[in-house]
Amino acid sequence: MAVPAAGAIDCDIHPALPGTHVLVPFLDEYWRAHVLMRGLDRDDYGLAAVPANAPINVRPDWNPAKANAGTDPDLLRQQALDGFKTRFAICNVLHGAQAILSEDLSAAFCRAINDWVVAEYLDRDPRLRASIVVPMHSAELAAKEIERKAEDERFVQVLVLEMGELPLGRRQHWPIYRAAERHDLPIGIHAGSSFRHPPTNLGWPTYYLEDYVSWSTGFAGVLNSLISEGVFVEFPRLKVVLMESGVTWLPAWMWRANKTWRGIRAEVPWLEKSPADYAREHVRLTVQPFDGPPRADQLQRLLEEIDCDEMLLFATDYPHWHYDGADALPDGLSADLTRKILVDNALKTYPRLSS
Amino acid sequence: MNVTVLDRQPDTETQSQLGFVDCDVHPYTKSSADLDPFLSERWREHRRTIGARSRSPFSNAPNYPRMSPGTGMRMDSWPEDGSHPGSDLGLMRAQLLDAFGVAYGMMMPLLGRGGDERNVEFGAALCAAANDWQAAAWCDPEPRLKASVQITTEYTEAAIKEIEKRAGDRRFTQVMIPPRGLEPLGRRRYWPILEACAANGFPIALHLGGTSGHPSTGGGWPSFYHEEHPSYPQSKEALVTSLVIEGVFEHIPSLRVVLVEGGFAWLPSLSWRLDKHYKRLRAEVPHLKQLPSEYIRDHIWVSTQPIEEPERPQDLLATFEWIGWDRIMFSTDYPHWDQDDPRYAIKVPIPEVERQKLFRGNAMAFYGLD
Repeated sequence: MAVPAAGAIDCDIHPALPGTHVLVPFLDEYWRAHVLMRGLDRDDYGLAAVPANAPINVRPDWNPAKANAGTDPDLLRQQALDGFKTRFAICNVLHGAQAILSEDLSAAFCRAINDWVVAEYLDRDPRLRASIVVPMHSAELAAKEIERKAEDERFVQVLVLEMGELPLGRRQHWPIYRAAERHDLPIGIHAGSSFRHPPTNLGWPTYYLEDYVSWSTGFAGVLNSLISEGVFVEFPRLKVVLMESGVTWLPAWMWRANKTWRGIRAEVPWLEKSPADYAREHVRLTVQPFDGPPRADQLQRLLEEIDCDEMLLFATDYPHWHYDGADALPDGLSADLTRKILVDNALKTYPRLSS
Repeated sequence: MNVTVLDRQPDTETQSQLGFVDCDVHPYTKSSADLDPFLSERWREHRRTIGARSRSPFSNAPNYPRMSPGTGMRMDSWPEDGSHPGSDLGLMRAQLLDAFGVAYGMMMPLLGRGGDERNVEFGAALCAAANDWQAAAWCDPEPRLKASVQITTEYTEAAIKEIEKRAGDRRFTQVMIPPRGLEPLGRRRYWPILEACAANGFPIALHLGGTSGHPSTGGGWPSFYHEEHPSYPQSKEALVTSLVIEGVFEHIPSLRVVLVEGGFAWLPSLSWRLDKHYKRLRAEVPHLKQLPSEYIRDHIWVSTQPIEEPERPQDLLATFEWIGWDRIMFSTDYPHWDQDDPRYAIKVPIPEVERQKLFRGNAMAFYGLD
């Protein structure tokens, strides 16, 4: 269904870099010289997990005539913000900077992207907010970047990729979570992989369709990791937002994770409650793309099974293509739940939206 | 919030009279030398001097230490002589076959590790030996037990030869493939093996397992068995996705698959997700002529263990209905620690007609048993 009222909070839109060259002005003197010397400004470090021209990543009527989707700030404001009468929209720049193997170069590009998004987007429209892009393979440099950008209240989240070198719960990542919690920044975990490993434990799939469908199984692994390692015990105020994760896999995951926990909890004695209850308290999911069932009674049952009306967040996933026209919300939601998804849940998840 | 279901007392008398079919029973050897009579001298010598080599760190233990001895066995399933659980037919009869009036038990041997063996000739020899051993040590003395043809998918010629050798032998009901191989099972390189299964009338049992060397999650190796154990459903989801999207069922319309030891509650959501994104990306996969959910409905069966336990037990009935009552087959996983007891595993009353299908009828039809 269409968004019924003005003032929604869109938790996942994707401004895209027109090219690596736009980052050059935002690099410090050393890295500018280094990048130009190697000609890296002429390379394209777009993520293989998000091929820019795949139909799912570019809605035809949101595609600018002369450039890649998401690269035109004016079009983004007109289509994503004016189009849905959005109050706030959170910019998540998906870029290979987070996956570069050199921690130093990765950090330099991430810093440049964060400064670029301020200049090109946040400073141009008061409705825009952004996530801090961090070099995931160096927790130390990532935490440092969080500290650097957290001063700007328009950064409301830390953005990480779903699949990288190590499962996200592993203790090596904890400095990132410590910094994020300190600054009231949720960890936004976006679908996709740096492909350090095959996206499935069976090996490398053939088709992009398989990769894309596998993101939801990756998120199940992310939750198993974050919960089992005790991230939410160590960081009790931390929220994580799963973006482009799908939603309807959640009940089956809860049932299985709870069953495993009852049998194997002696291995993870720090857990104080069931995995499903940790998820309800700490995990949020954006609703697009919505992997809903064909029948309204099935959706109703799934929502009852999730048993928490604070978990879902509105997102258009602009300019990705999951629906046509203005039908950014699944059908069959109650008015009360719709309001929570559009506004209330986001305000609770992102304290900085209220400051 | 959770609803307390009043009728949680199992109706043991009714269920024990069902003569249910157990789609996942694990026989073990008392020692790996038990396979020696079925190996040539060349491979007996190899087993003694080199032994099994897979793609995991430990020679004789799983990546993730289990919570009970014997790599996660039920504590009361150890025979009095101290031999491995599942290795004593008398005890298996007492604890499973006779205790519950099991009509047929589908054996899923997890021994020899022929499917995982990096030396594929040795792997093929181990698979053939495990097949002879199942027939001689189990099926012949206990006709209720049915064997699964072991193969190694990394040695196509040997796998097809083994499948053809067992075709027509009623002791063998299916071909068993450990799905975590080197590549997703739907990839073209495995099609000759899948074709041979269908051509010889064997369904394929995809019991979790295999040591591909790939991490259990796309984001790397988790730390705990507490993460590995719930990763099995994700493995199954990737498997279904691969078989369907590669076009295996378009290419081999008579192929039937049963997923074992991965639960099933994830299947409806996966079907919806596949259908949704197929519609957007269908130009990439023009070989598909139906919706992914339709291939799933026509070709894929699930066994129950470890059965998902919804917080509201009656939600399980809706999940069964969404998958299709004719596609679900009960399994215990005896003698593993997380086995499902037919008396207690399903915590909600099931209507009689559906209960008959789930515990018996579906498996009898699937395996052509009578």
